[in-house]
This record gives sequence, structure tokens and C-alpha cells, in this order.
Amino acid sequence: MTVSAEVDGQVVEWTDKKRYLWIMGAIIPLIPMMIWGLFSLTEWHVWWYFGPFFVFVLIPLFDLLAGLDPNNPPDELIEALEEDRYYRWVTFAFIPLQIVGFLWGCFLLGDGTLFGWDPFSTSVLPGITENLTWYDKVGLATGMGMVAGIGINTAHELGHKKEELERWFARVALAQTAYGHFYIEHNRGHHVRVATPEDPASGRLGETVWEFMPRTVFGSLSSAWELEKKRFARLKKSPYSLKNDLINAWMFTVLLWGVAMAAFGWQIFPYLVIQAILGIWLLESVNYLEHYGMKRAKLESGRYERVNPSHSWNSNNIGTNVLLYHLQRHSDHHANPTRRYQALRDFKEAPVLPTGYAGMIVATWIPQVWRAIMDKRVLAHYDGDVTQANVHPRMKTKYYARYGAHETPEEVAA
Amino acid sequence: MAVFICPNCEYTYDETRGDPREGWPAGTPFAEIDEDWTCPDCGVREQVDFLPIEEFVHNDQDGNVVSKETREQALARQREEQV
Repeated sequence: MTVSAEVDGQVVEWTDKKRYLWIMGAIIPLIPMMIWGLFSLTEWHVWWYFGPFFVFVLIPLFDLLAGLDPNNPPDELIEALEEDRYYRWVTFAFIPLQIVGFLWGCFLLGDGTLFGWDPFSTSVLPGITENLTWYDKVGLATGMGMVAGIGINTAHELGHKKEELERWFARVALAQTAYGHFYIEHNRGHHVRVATPEDPASGRLGETVWEFMPRTVFGSLSSAWELEKKRFARLKKSPYSLKNDLINAWMFTVLLWGVAMAAFGWQIFPYLVIQAILGIWLLESVNYLEHYGMKRAKLESGRYERVNPSHSWNSNNIGTNVLLYHLQRHSDHHANPTRRYQALRDFKEAPVLPTGYAGMIVATWIPQVWRAIMDKRVLAHYDGDVTQANVHPRMKTKYYARYGAHETPEEVAA
Repeated sequence: MAVFICPNCEYTYDETRGDPREGWPAGTPFAEIDEDWTCPDCGVREQVDFLPIEEFVHNDQDGNVVSKETREQALARQREEQV
């Protein structure tokens, strides 16, 4: 379908080639059903591990084969494109499907019991003749974790919007991972401090993803709490209240996990923890690479320069872009955080990753591989001047020596 | 009472109504708001970056107007109050 608008008597038209591909994103939450279907057809146990295979093998391959889509909507049509409600329904569809997929996964993990009653005892589970082994269940939990992590991305798209309904949906999507505080910390913490040494959710040059994980998970949590505490201090009220956005967002998790365990048995709890950790890890891996090594310059006033396109890593790979709602057009997202995904543009001057985020996550697993791919790109971005990058303190001496820079006496003392 | 606008996402702060959720009760003058208070919608502009709504022409990032509609509503409300 073509969007058009009249500007100064001239009609501007543009066709979104990805318009119907966006629906693909809403198919992700059905992974637990897909796994069950594939297993009951073939009885191959490997199917239980289909989730990570899909995210780390199929999507990166698709990205490599399908290539790039550098198409931008014309500026005159951004507004009309944002008003097109079709795009909103695509993200809304994700939410109920995520809940259904999650509960279906929990039902399988609970060996088919339903509120302590065993309706499928003769066949154990619909379509399945044997009990799931522990390693089948771990596999299923990894698949649920992939959905959970992509769900945080959907929550991200929704949580940036001004409409109450979308913000409410964002919290529903975060329930599965118990990551409700993300929606506060991301919008009012990460976006404010992005690409500075103070931001827990921006990866630093030389930092491994494994060092980054605890720093971002605990740093973001404490930052989120501080933000709400500050707001409640202005309201002259205690932050220990259901009106605290962290607490009410976490309540969504208490409710969702509570219902799941009441229905399918408390024994599923360890698997719920596994899938939540994997979902958080998937999301935080993306955080790690989105701003790896990038640093905003400090102005004389003491404020950091405004975020600009040079502070984020981008990719135009179609596969990951469709599944993550243009998250990889990250420079435009940071420049205009409330802009809707369909209207995000590719900036020609912004730094670009060698492949999509999904494939890049695989590269983070082995720090040597990650550094071999990325460090030279960060250096090239700063014209070889390592002092302009956000260097991990532990690696500073090493990196400065390697790239021929000298630490200032204050830095040496620190 | 004046209305101020975030030059990035066009969130408007109306002094008459304040923003009680953010801790600014109705009637709080914009000048009394913390300088490092960030726009509650986009998070990328602070109090010092806001403009009086009359001075706002386009997004200070890339010139694109995000929500002409919201802005016009805020201006219309302000005009009504003055009448």
C-alpha cells in the first residue's frame, strides 16, 4: 500500500516494501506451539531446542541471504506513516500471542496437569506419548526465553509511545521476564546517558559481553529505582507504593507467573527462571552491541553533547529489522525516541555493523572474535583516536598503548 | 500562564495544569522546575531545552514535525484560556 501526502501542491508518494513483512514479528511468540507441533510430528528431541536455533542460526542466515533494505520514507510522509494505524495493530497482536505462547509452554513444562487435575493422563500430553525429559524441558525453556527477549523489544517499541494503552501493553510484554523496570530505566535513564561512561546499558570498548551483563543488569535496576525514588520525593510520598511504576510493572509478573504456577504446578518455577534469564540476556546482548565503544563528547558546560547519529551502531538487514521493529535503525531511534518504528530512517552517515544484530550477538560469545570484528571499526569511526571512544577502565592502559595514545596524568592517578 | 514544549517530541508543559504525576502540581511555573528534569515522553531533552510554544517551529533534531495535532490542541487550549 502506498502512503501519499500533498506538499506545496505536489503529491509525494511512498510504498513501504516491508509493510506486510512486519506481521512476521507477531509469529515469534508462537515458537512454543511450533516446537510442540514439530516434536509431535517427528518425535525428534532436538526440536525442543528450536528457539535458539531460530534466533542464532536461521535469522543470521536469512540476514546474510536477504540482504539490505536502505529505503527511507520521505520526510513529508513521516507524519502520515505514523498515523497509519495498521502498524500499531501489528505490535498489539504480539501481546496476546505472547501470553498464549507462554502459557502453552508452561502447560507442556507442567506435564499436562491443570490445577492439580490430570486431564490428559492417558496420553500424557496432547500429541505426545511420553513425558518430557528434563533436557526437553530445558530446551523448551530456552525457546520461551528467546520469545521473552524479543518480547522485551516489543515492549521497548510500545513503552516509548505517548499513549496509555501502548504503555500498558509494554508492561504486559515485560511480565514474562520480570523486567518491568526496563520501561522506566530505558526511557529516562538509558536514553539520557546513552554512549557515556555513566550508562550501565552502553557497552564499552574492550569490555566483554560477560563483564557487561552484571554491570547492566544491576546498574539498570538501581538506576530505575533511583529515578522513581526521585519522582516520589518530588511528590513528597514514599516510593513503596503501588503507584511506583517499578512495583506495578513487577506486579504483572507476580500475576502471570502466579497464574502459570497455580495452573501447571509450582515445579515449573526453575524453568520460568531459566527462560527469564535467557530473555534478559538476549536483550542485554543487544544493549551491549548497540553503542559498543561510542562516546559523546563533554561540552564546556559540563553537559554531554546531544545524542547524534554517530553514537549508535545500525544495520539495514531485513530479517532482524522486521523481527525487531526497525530497532537497528538505532541512530534515528535515539535522535527521535517517540518516533514509530515504521517511520524510522537509515542515516547514511551513521556507523554500520557488518551484519544484523542477531548474527552480531553470536560474535559476542567469544570476546576475542568480537574484538577482532569490532575494535577496528570503533577506531576507524574515531579516525584512529582511541581517546574519543568509551574505553573500559580495565582495558584503558592496554588500548591506549596499542593505539598510540597517552593517558593524562589524572587518568594515570585514577 | 505559559505553555512550554519539548523541541524533540512535542510534549507540552502547561503551567496551569502542571504535571502532577511528575511531581509538578497545577500552577507550578516552568522556571521552578529542576533544570535536569527530562522530558517525560522522549527523555532526550531537559528543562533548559524546552521552548515557549509560540517559538516552536519544528523538531530541533531533524526538522520533522512529530505531532502537529497535539501542538495545535495545546495552542488552542491556551488561546481559549486567554479569552
